[in-house]
Amino acid sequence: MSLMTWIDERFPATKVWNEHLAEYYAPKNFNFWYFFGSLAMLVLVNQILTGIWLAMSYKPDAMLAFGSVEYIMRDVEWGWLIRYLHSTGASAFFIVIYLHMFRGLIYGSYRAPRELLWIIGVVLYVLMMATAFMGYLLPWGQMSYWGAQVIINLFSAVPVIGPDLGVWIRGDYVISDATLNRFFALHFLLPFLLAAVVFIHIVALHKVGSNNPDGIEIKKNKDANGIPKDGIPFHPYYSVKDTVGVAGFLFLFAAAVFFAPEMGGYFLEPPNFDPADPLKTPLHIAPVWYFTPFYAILRAVPSMAGSAFPGVLAMGAAIVVMFFLPWLDRSPVKSVRYKGPIVKGAIAIFVVVFILLGWLGTQPVTPFLTLLAQICTVLYFAFFLLMPIYSKMDKTKPVPERVTQ
Amino acid sequence: MKKLIVAFLLATAPLLGLAAGGGVHLDDADIDVSDQASLQRGAKFFVNYCLSCHSAKFQRYNRMARDLGLTEDEVKENLMFTTDKIGDTMTIAMSDANAEAWFGVVPPDLSLIARARGVDYIYTYLRSFYVDEARPFGVNNVVFKDVGMPHVMWELQGMQKAVFEEVDGQQVVKELVPVEGAAGKGKLSPEEFDGAMRDLTAFLSYVAEPVQLERKRLGTWVLLFLAVFFVLSYLLKKEYWKDVH
Repeated sequence: MSLMTWIDERFPATKVWNEHLAEYYAPKNFNFWYFFGSLAMLVLVNQILTGIWLAMSYKPDAMLAFGSVEYIMRDVEWGWLIRYLHSTGASAFFIVIYLHMFRGLIYGSYRAPRELLWIIGVVLYVLMMATAFMGYLLPWGQMSYWGAQVIINLFSAVPVIGPDLGVWIRGDYVISDATLNRFFALHFLLPFLLAAVVFIHIVALHKVGSNNPDGIEIKKNKDANGIPKDGIPFHPYYSVKDTVGVAGFLFLFAAAVFFAPEMGGYFLEPPNFDPADPLKTPLHIAPVWYFTPFYAILRAVPSMAGSAFPGVLAMGAAIVVMFFLPWLDRSPVKSVRYKGPIVKGAIAIFVVVFILLGWLGTQPVTPFLTLLAQICTVLYFAFFLLMPIYSKMDKTKPVPERVTQ
Repeated sequence: MKKLIVAFLLATAPLLGLAAGGGVHLDDADIDVSDQASLQRGAKFFVNYCLSCHSAKFQRYNRMARDLGLTEDEVKENLMFTTDKIGDTMTIAMSDANAEAWFGVVPPDLSLIARARGVDYIYTYLRSFYVDEARPFGVNNVVFKDVGMPHVMWELQGMQKAVFEEVDGQQVVKELVPVEGAAGKGKLSPEEFDGAMRDLTAFLSYVAEPVQLERKRLGTWVLLFLAVFFVLSYLLKKEYWKDVH
């Protein structure tokens, strides 16, 4: 009796291996956009590993936190590399996830039967934002402090319960040592929750099978053995292909880590090299770049009756609306390849609007920029809310029976 | 490849919107942190002119010795005035309470100033003091208006005065010129002073991230390795995918 048989009688090792890798059939026509799922997992692992090592030297104490980061940068063996891998990794995570979501958007990967897969993905995105937000406070720099101040004040803008809610989140009347401690605890916990939900995301994926750039269900065309004709085993085909993606990604990632860890002030913001000072408000507060599209939406909505709550609602709605995407798209085809000019145009405008909002969120407020942000906000929501109409009236092309290369 | 470029542009497009920053024009510092002689001169200016009021509390003397190509004895004899332990960081004796009483504000620690403000800012700031009798120390600064710091290097530079012009009803500094007479002449010529401030700025840039040279040196090897790894993994993929049609 071989060792593997012995194990398989007690634990379904070979069964799991086959079902999820060696005999998991993925469409053979994956293109460039299909690298980002595996890359997102790679970055998550990077964040967890470097994060654990950072936690070994970091001090979650308002008096010591800033200095402990510099201690890591200067005195801890390889601390500078671990820190840059983590700080660059945070931005890389969002770049990869935004491209991963864009892939789902253009190829209709959220359509039936993948609605739950998409929803779990949006849950992952929200978890990721929470994790990133809490992590950003930990270096205890000026932007950490005042960025967190701005975001927590959003919760304080909720009518009636707002002020108490703000105190409940901070654990104090201002952002303080108590806030730093709890954010550290949660920033350590959330990535493991994230990993668990990633597992659920993959379980859901392997139940319904991967979509592909043609938006065709490969399970509809099976050979005599019940294997999809357009499918190839994930391992070894996509394991070797994803390795190429990993190599390419790591090249760009390392270029940032080693040659531009600050990325012109976008990955590490200059004001964050000043220690947090509760008495000195920076002239211009902007969240990190991956939050700025939503921050721009927040600022675009005018206060009503002296309350910033409408803006907060709009910002929340900008994320919540993503959950409904599977039911907003009424097009008879999934992939952008077979959709008509209206949807293609809508997606193009959406991409421009999202990037523009991201840029606007980094800029100081001027009347012209506010107007631009308001236009972009309207277009952002129009993309989703008018989708049931324009996706239905769009002229689609016939979808082929089998996938194309 | 085209898609790769498009994706990269999409991902980095927000970075293009880099704001130019405040209204004051900043001169290009044009520093070279790989020039050890420049860093050594900068260190000399730093300990002589800055370190009595400003600390660099994250910078260790022995690390500086190693990175600047100096022996520990050289550092002890020429650059260490506040401590005799080579493993200490660059702290100062002045207490925060005294500092506040004397200057109105606590002079900031300069460990990370180059990363917080940028090297161009520092280079321009150091050269932009001008006579302003309304200020406690008789000087103001173009880059940092009403700064609490005196012009500690006036002996080197000589005093400057501001030439104002009116823009939109506001008095704006147009240029700085030496004051008349002996006070306008420093020990250094204008070119020498600019060079000295460039060295000091380079040193502050080093202090803000002592590992920066090592980071780039290692990064080159990492990228070379990844480039080779990319080619090999691509060839492996091609081999495996031969039978997929």
